[in-house]
Amino acid sequence: MIGNTLLHLAILCVLSPLLLGVIGKTKALFGGRNGAPFLQPYFDLWKLLRKGMVISETTTWVFLAGPVVALAVPLLAAMLLPFGALPAPVSFDGDMILFVYLFGLARFFTASAALDTGSSFEGMGAAREVTFSCLAEPTVLFGLIVLARLAGGLSLQEMLSPELLESWQNAAPSLGLTLVSLFVVLLVENSRIPFDDPNTHLELTMIHEVMVLDHSGPAFGLILYGAAMKLFVLGALVVRIALPFTFNNLLLDLLVFVAGMLGLAVLIGVVESIMARLKLVRVPQVLVGTTLISAFAMVLLLR
Amino acid sequence: MHGINNLLLLMVILLNFFTLGSSRLGACIRAVALQGAVISILPITLHGINGHSVILATGAFVLKGIFIPWLLFRAIREVRIRREVEPLIGFIPTLIIGALTTSAAFIFADNLPLIEAHHGSLFIPTALATLFTGFLLLITRRKAITQVLGYLMFENGIFVLAVLLSEAMPLMVEAGVLLDLLVAIFIMGIVINQINHEFSTLNTERLSALKE
Repeated sequence: MIGNTLLHLAILCVLSPLLLGVIGKTKALFGGRNGAPFLQPYFDLWKLLRKGMVISETTTWVFLAGPVVALAVPLLAAMLLPFGALPAPVSFDGDMILFVYLFGLARFFTASAALDTGSSFEGMGAAREVTFSCLAEPTVLFGLIVLARLAGGLSLQEMLSPELLESWQNAAPSLGLTLVSLFVVLLVENSRIPFDDPNTHLELTMIHEVMVLDHSGPAFGLILYGAAMKLFVLGALVVRIALPFTFNNLLLDLLVFVAGMLGLAVLIGVVESIMARLKLVRVPQVLVGTTLISAFAMVLLLR
Repeated sequence: MHGINNLLLLMVILLNFFTLGSSRLGACIRAVALQGAVISILPITLHGINGHSVILATGAFVLKGIFIPWLLFRAIREVRIRREVEPLIGFIPTLIIGALTTSAAFIFADNLPLIEAHHGSLFIPTALATLFTGFLLLITRRKAITQVLGYLMFENGIFVLAVLLSEAMPLMVEAGVLLDLLVAIFIMGIVINQINHEFSTLNTERLSALKE
């Protein structure tokens, strides 16, 4: 039990920045550049953690709670989610709701920290972030309902059990649609292109990046690390649905999972390279479309 | 074979949604063309390769997948319009109405007294959903070309329904239907050009306004 938990946490903490490195490398290759080394995100984090912090005098404790919650939530959420075939350390009926709303909690604190600075610019970013994620939330829930219905259980462990392989044979259309819409949610939630550009510093188009402008040094490092972990956790959900193989061999299972995650990172890099960022007004339209697709996946299954 | 059919029909439904949500005319024409190409494969996947189904499939593919889209692309090039600017009902509301009608089509198809072989297949609900989507496009869009697309999509829905019956139907009837469609598109192309010529816009609303 303890070993399992430690392994889970170790995978999460060690591998999550690597995904960002792989995404960066893929984008660089598409652009015909060599790109930063795979370990660059680790160096960045290390650099940020050693720096000093500048904190505005008008802020309160909420400002610092934002980064801390943003780091703690992915750690907690990862406990509920099986990594590939490795079982989840904590599992109970209905933990899928907790899983979804843990991220809601993180969003609340990040938005509050942004509002706490009193900057109207950051308030605008918070408003955008909250709007888009409230449109993405139904998609996740519809997707999870499809999984719950297929598995006949309400915990993520049951929903992502090896039986998923059989479900792929019986209900491939529903699962396929769910997979696509969850991938879109992954892109929205982690503010990737085509919904938000993680590298942009063009003021009017930023969403997530706006909210964290005032954070510096270790606080910003925590935010980046938390974002990497969030990408990893949500990615693990998508990867498990796409690759529901179980070999009952720790090493082999781990290999499949890590290969899947790296494949996902490459896929995100490819999407970011070949797509342009959507106009801000188009984003809600696309998200409503995704919600409808995942709702349709549910209708397809329930009929 | 059942799996392939369902996959194709699912693509048809997704293309319905895409057409409802997209404002670019070029993308819409491409989506409808792709839909036509996808449903033209259905006779072969459903009835196997025989003379009847192959002729039907090639006929539909050439008309719906290649010739009509080519005509429409020519039309938008000549009248120089790119996008549907202001639909009567916005894009998100039409998408939601589209999803509701699609769900309704699924529920309705479940309650129809179908023969045993068609129970649980996606053919009937997809056909109904595509019909409704075509209707929606016809009702909610202002530009004549999008309305033609709605008409085409409507016809695609009828085609999906007809594929189920194609064993029982003589080839002549189907050829007639496809020809009808082609002639209709021709006439609409001419009408579109005329509207554009008269008003220098494709808004069909102008047709109902009195001349001053």
